[in-house]
Amino acid sequence: MHPSLPTRRRALAGGIGAALGGAATLGALSGCAAPSATAGPGQTRLRFWHLFGGGDGVNMQGMLDDFRARHTDVALEAVTLQWGAPYYTKLGMAGAGGRAPELAVLHLARLAGFAPGRLLDPFDLDLLADLGVREQDFPPDIWRRGRMAGGQYAVPLDTHPMVLYYQTDVCEKAGLMAGGRLKPIVGADQFADALRAAKKATGLPGLVTETLGPDCITPWRLFATFYAQTGGKVLSDDGRRLALDDTKALRVLTYMARLAEEGLMVRRVDYGASVGVFNGGKTAFHLNGEWEISTFRTAGIPFSMTRVPALFGGAGAQADCHAFVLPHQAGRGGAANLAAHTLVAWMLRNSVAWAEGGHVPAYLPVLRDPAYLALKPQSEYRDVIDDVALDEPAWFAGSASRMWIELGAVFSGVLTGSRSPRGALTEAKARLRNLLDTRNPLPGVAS
Amino acid sequence: MTTTTAAPPPPVTARHTAAGRAPVRSVHRRWTEHGLVFVAPFLLLYAMFLLWPLVSGVGMSLTSENITGTGGEFVGLANYAEAVRDPDVWSSLWNTVWFTVLSTVPLVLVGLGLALLSHQLRVVQWLWRLSWFAPFLLPSGVVCLLFAQMIFPSGFGLADQTLAAAGLEPGIGWLSEERYAMLSIVATTVWWTVGFNFLLYLAALQAIPVHLHEAAELDGAGAWHRLLHITLPMLRRTTALVVVLQVLASLKIFDQVYIMTGGGPDESTRPILQYVYQQGFTGYRIGYASAVSYLFFALILIVSLVRPALSRRRAEEAAK
Repeated sequence: MHPSLPTRRRALAGGIGAALGGAATLGALSGCAAPSATAGPGQTRLRFWHLFGGGDGVNMQGMLDDFRARHTDVALEAVTLQWGAPYYTKLGMAGAGGRAPELAVLHLARLAGFAPGRLLDPFDLDLLADLGVREQDFPPDIWRRGRMAGGQYAVPLDTHPMVLYYQTDVCEKAGLMAGGRLKPIVGADQFADALRAAKKATGLPGLVTETLGPDCITPWRLFATFYAQTGGKVLSDDGRRLALDDTKALRVLTYMARLAEEGLMVRRVDYGASVGVFNGGKTAFHLNGEWEISTFRTAGIPFSMTRVPALFGGAGAQADCHAFVLPHQAGRGGAANLAAHTLVAWMLRNSVAWAEGGHVPAYLPVLRDPAYLALKPQSEYRDVIDDVALDEPAWFAGSASRMWIELGAVFSGVLTGSRSPRGALTEAKARLRNLLDTRNPLPGVAS
Repeated sequence: MTTTTAAPPPPVTARHTAAGRAPVRSVHRRWTEHGLVFVAPFLLLYAMFLLWPLVSGVGMSLTSENITGTGGEFVGLANYAEAVRDPDVWSSLWNTVWFTVLSTVPLVLVGLGLALLSHQLRVVQWLWRLSWFAPFLLPSGVVCLLFAQMIFPSGFGLADQTLAAAGLEPGIGWLSEERYAMLSIVATTVWWTVGFNFLLYLAALQAIPVHLHEAAELDGAGAWHRLLHITLPMLRRTTALVVVLQVLASLKIFDQVYIMTGGGPDESTRPILQYVYQQGFTGYRIGYASAVSYLFFALILIVSLVRPALSRRRAEEAAK
């Protein structure tokens, strides 16, 4: 894949060692350097904040341990923080103080709201290229999302789209399988038919997905997936204007309401219970992010995964990407910065391990790696990376953002029956307008 | 006071005699000085962590300050104007008031009932007191998770199981349906905090002189009459106190909702404090969140000023 890489890597390893050693001495001399209590002699302290718990946390820990073993000149301190709003609050405040960790993880769709240029520092692309990571190694759309005002503020690690989980036994019984795989489903009617067939086979609703609960966001993911397939946009490309198409949105919402009304999907179920119901083994389909793969694996149920079928024309699926960012440091540079770039490059090149948790690696060479292709069912939906629908860049969008939580609550009502599709559309537009009218509280170069 | 005068005078120091003051007054003065030294650390902390934030918060509410402490341009009263027009402020304020109404009534009545019961039950009194007060000792996180994960889960929680045992249809979304979510939170809160009101009432009950009851009994008053005409009137001051404390505590609801429903379903249980939290921490808008919290602070201030005003008027009327 990279014929010249090994030699370059070797050369760099030596180079980094020397640079790190030099900088460590410098750090000790200058009084204002970050305290390096835990870094041993000749080691560079590298602090990395992330938000990976559960199966992701185990995978990440394994990768970091691997990195530590191979880079003894780096004292890596990884901190796992609670996913969601608390994580972003801490990261923002750390960046504002200029004493942030060297490296952190951010959801790519949140970048616009995270004050690039003020709370985040840009990557050194030359340095990354020397470490074997270049722009052409990523899907162009995803790479571009990390770019703001001429700087590369985020480097994507993966994409985590909504996917369709299915029980192979149940689908077999319902006549939905062919050659050990789910027969292709095209169009909203075919999907409804498949759900009916599954219901007939088991007597239970064919689909389960989170429909309610605290901070429930799957209804938003569901809407965003189907709506993206119609070719509609929620916001304008620059994320500044409302672009919701009433006809298309209403078509999607009416379909969502119909599935629930007709008893084709479990109507009232929170996130944990939706995973539990699918784990029960009797419900044919489950729509969710790909990260629950570890849960179902552990449970040992006969299941597989595929892309969300194209129900409304296109093949899109709602997604976000985990990306690396450099939180703002008053004196970024030197050995610590080099170590941060090294870790990023290392993680990307070794992201087969990361893909075990279900995520689709964003680093394209890994997508062609035989080790990744051997991962089943993870590699079954890898081509989704070309069709993922990220939120338009707006300060209130992205994982665990206000938009997700507010619209999740609105569309939850459509599935549970407390809101009509039309009422939900009106409410969603009102809330989006409200968010658009609010000034970005963390303005950076993006706004 | 009587005990102070009856006590032997303190050793007379040069300073006392020089001042020529009566020993008792000097004692009083010295106490004040010593007291100041003792409360100084508290006053300092109070000033640092309450008074100063209170003042700087007002300043912040007039700016567009964000969570990272930057970008604080002066915007005048714009945040307040926005808050007044913001339907989410009104809906979450309404949720807060509705919770206060729903919770205060049972918390006062149940507290009173338990106190009366416990006062009557002369056997193993410690057991009643302990069992009614014990939940109050638990942290809110423990209580809320206990109720959310053991009692209210739809289908298999204790609440649904009880319904099923009684031959009723289980499967109620205790925390996931709008018509039950707030009531479930109220029920949790009552179980958790009623012990405090119970304790206040019990203390007040025990302070009612026994001879009042004895005299009434001699005059032929039955238990019911004594409750209505002696016990309850004697508890009036306590009731006023309990109600005000309870209203203030209920207005400050946050933990239970945050842990049990996250403000849902469809924001039907989200209290104003959670909205402040969302604006400030999820939405990063510290300036706006400050403005909303000062509006709420004004409301709490009004509530806490109403009671003294009422009791003063009552006292004046009684004096006429």
